[in-house]
Amino acid sequence: MNQAAAPPSPPLWRRLLGFNVLTAVILGIGGWYLGWYGAHKIVAPSLDYFGDIDYNELSVYLAYIGGVLGFLVGLGFLNYPVRRLLGYPPSLREKETAGWSRYFGLCTDHKVVGIQYLWGIGLFFFIGGLNAMLIRTELLSPHHQAFPAGTYLTIVGMHGTMMMGIMTSGILGPFANYFVPIMLGARRMAFPRIEALTFWLLMAAGAVLTTTIFFGGFPTGWTGYAPLATESNPGLDNYVIFFALVGVSMTLLGLNMIATILTMRAPGLTWTRLPIFVWGVLSTAVLMVLAAPVLIATLGMVALDRTAQTSFFIPAAGGSNYLYENLFWIFGHPEVYVLALPGFAIVLELLPVFARKPLWGYRLAVAGLLGVSLLSWFVWQHHLFVSGINGDLRAFYMLSTELISIPTGITFLCGMMTLWRGNIRFTVPMLFVLAWFFNFLIGGLSGVFLSDVPSDVTTHGSFFSMAHFHYTIMGGLVFTFFAAIYYWVPKMTGWELNERLGKVHFWSMFLFFNLTFAPLFAVGFLGQPRRTPVYPNGLQFLNDWVSISAFCLGASMLVFLFNLVWSLAFVKKPAGANPWASRSIEFQLPSPVPVHNFDRIPVFSGDPYGYGEGPTPVAVPAGAPAGRE
Amino acid sequence: MAADPTAVPGRPTDSTHHGRRVVVAWLVLSAIATPLVAIYVGPHIPPGNASVQGEGQTFDNQVMTAFVTPVLCLMAVFFGYGLIRFKARRSEALLDGPPIRDDAQIGFLWIVITTAMVLFLAGFGTYELLKDGAGGGQGPNPIAQPAGYKSAFQVQVVGQQWQFTYRYPSLGGMESNSLLLPADTLVELHVTSLDVVHSFWAVELGLKADANPGVDNVVYVKTRSPTTFHVRCAELCGLWHGYMFNNGRVVSSAQFASWAAQEQKIYASIKPFMDKSPGDGGAPYAHTYLPEPTRRAG
Repeated sequence: MNQAAAPPSPPLWRRLLGFNVLTAVILGIGGWYLGWYGAHKIVAPSLDYFGDIDYNELSVYLAYIGGVLGFLVGLGFLNYPVRRLLGYPPSLREKETAGWSRYFGLCTDHKVVGIQYLWGIGLFFFIGGLNAMLIRTELLSPHHQAFPAGTYLTIVGMHGTMMMGIMTSGILGPFANYFVPIMLGARRMAFPRIEALTFWLLMAAGAVLTTTIFFGGFPTGWTGYAPLATESNPGLDNYVIFFALVGVSMTLLGLNMIATILTMRAPGLTWTRLPIFVWGVLSTAVLMVLAAPVLIATLGMVALDRTAQTSFFIPAAGGSNYLYENLFWIFGHPEVYVLALPGFAIVLELLPVFARKPLWGYRLAVAGLLGVSLLSWFVWQHHLFVSGINGDLRAFYMLSTELISIPTGITFLCGMMTLWRGNIRFTVPMLFVLAWFFNFLIGGLSGVFLSDVPSDVTTHGSFFSMAHFHYTIMGGLVFTFFAAIYYWVPKMTGWELNERLGKVHFWSMFLFFNLTFAPLFAVGFLGQPRRTPVYPNGLQFLNDWVSISAFCLGASMLVFLFNLVWSLAFVKKPAGANPWASRSIEFQLPSPVPVHNFDRIPVFSGDPYGYGEGPTPVAVPAGAPAGRE
Repeated sequence: MAADPTAVPGRPTDSTHHGRRVVVAWLVLSAIATPLVAIYVGPHIPPGNASVQGEGQTFDNQVMTAFVTPVLCLMAVFFGYGLIRFKARRSEALLDGPPIRDDAQIGFLWIVITTAMVLFLAGFGTYELLKDGAGGGQGPNPIAQPAGYKSAFQVQVVGQQWQFTYRYPSLGGMESNSLLLPADTLVELHVTSLDVVHSFWAVELGLKADANPGVDNVVYVKTRSPTTFHVRCAELCGLWHGYMFNNGRVVSSAQFASWAAQEQKIYASIKPFMDKSPGDGGAPYAHTYLPEPTRRAG
């Protein structure tokens, strides 16, 4: 677009040809039909009878595998290996130029991938949020009203699965991909092509889950418990493929982060000078790499149970539903810390900037992050306290779960002591960070009730636990996600976000978030189980209160959306290199960051938290002159 | 670093004992709030006193609510004081604060206190759990057995899509769709499922136990005076999961006996058809627990 007076640019139709998202979608649809057709040729004699999908799970799997492969081929992921095989010199850098078209295809520039992630995740976050609005619509009345029972369960399942799957990369996708290489003084991630692959896999996964509605949806919620999963309609295959793709994306994202952080630190960037955000990313990445493969293997077994008549999880045929529950939560509990830990990291990263003090207790904070990461492997059976599994181990899991309060408490202490005696600016990102303290406090303390077996007996599987994990995940992850957006998007785009609208967004979101989820603790205690469209008449007042607050919470997101579009598409007020007066290295570069980040690799001389310690720069040379190509 | 680490360039040295103020305010507030919460809020937390197990949970919740009150007080005082007192003035928004990077004593104290709290809570929870099982499903080999469990009145809870059936083995395997329990009795419930995973939740009694196919999940409850309670399925079990609920009653033993006699009369006409084992073409029921209590290791 802005590639000045180079050779006259070809017509639009010519530019649309090539390896981009349009080709990818076309090849994806083609691959889908190829897989569908092939599977029917293998298993079922008839192609015409649409009803036979009920009996032909294989066609769903092969169709989506074909679709995803076609999608990746269309994006150009095979170009590099094929060119190597044929002996041509491969192109090592894909679309690392300027111009808008690089956002619609395979691009190995980590900054482009970060922005792609931001919009892609935003899209599916929006779909997941709409599902939440539909759930609350149904719950306006204690009786069945808005949706058929199966549709309601599909909405519940899509909301949960979308949020748990896509938002896993909510902070690592956009912000770690964009800022970790810069914070390390590097020009790229360790594996740029894999970095792009993680993003496009996630988008393919989102499409797979959304199309579950064409196959009857799935009734299992995001946990997909067998044997209910085994007997469900083909929509459950979409759930399986979705989560498996998310698992692959998570594993690769985590591996890429670990490799980058271990090997690509610039000279002088010792472990104790690493920004705390990078430590948070590292501890999360370790969880991703170790947990997600368990999920992929488990879902592989579910797929075999549904297609090849194995019986891993079918008790009537010698399998065990406990096996599924164990495997799922061995993934599932580290997964929730994959969601929470980046939030801790954002909080600790942003507090020094807005309190204008060094991060208090750097080593302690690192120990806290790694401690959560380690302990999260020893607690999964607290999801199964009343399931009858290992009754005599419940005391152990109660202890191990409560032990996580210690490293979490350390994170609180480091954050609070960083604020203490500081010079606190109440900017929009800071407001979101401060809200994290409130939300995570409530989430954590309610978690203490759930970790205690006698108390868990009543609260387990009720709206109490639902309110608890919304306080920790929405209050812990989504609030810090927005903090990161308000803090870093000016750096990523070069344009400021409107502060007044940001404050309106914050206060409405914070208020209605609490009005939505706080009453649900009571609703749960009073006996309303999760995932039911009907509830006792006496709970209608509380439920209506919650529903109306939830609609307002949804509306607050529209304020954000408006702010984003208004500020980035219409106002376009330049943000300047360092709008927050931060000492972190990304703010010593121009906004947006030039394609190759640094003209010269910087040499680090300290951590980025030296507020009040004189004007020593964090790195020499302190950033690069705008090196635009 | 300057001689006085709290010195802020461009600002007079702040000699106020902020920390002391916060600690004093916190202690005073906690000393007032904690007993109030324990006395006035704690006893009203469900599930209530309808059963011994429910009462145990309410006591547990009461203790924990009292326990988290000082934590909430600390946060309220800290942030209330800190955010107001240390708010940046517009003119000096970009002045740096004092470069305090660490304080080993505070870190050590914090870790010691949180560890002590965690260990106390875990110990307390374990004691409450082992005392009488706390109303939770314990699997086929329960370890937390209340006194007199050997002579407990036995009921089997059979979950299926989408209802619970209750079997009374001591009444000739009589089955009913409503759960009646005799008052002042220790009841041993054996929860199982015929298809997918359900969860038996007797809300007011404070009982919850997953119904797993092929597994005998034992849960104890000591009933008290006659009352009614709700039973709900608490684990997503498919299409009509939301409708898998009914009411239960705790009744006096005389009432229970007359109800049982009546139900047995109704059941007698069905019994010949249900008595066959599954292999003989009968329904999957038998007089003993079915599925057979699967005594598994662990």
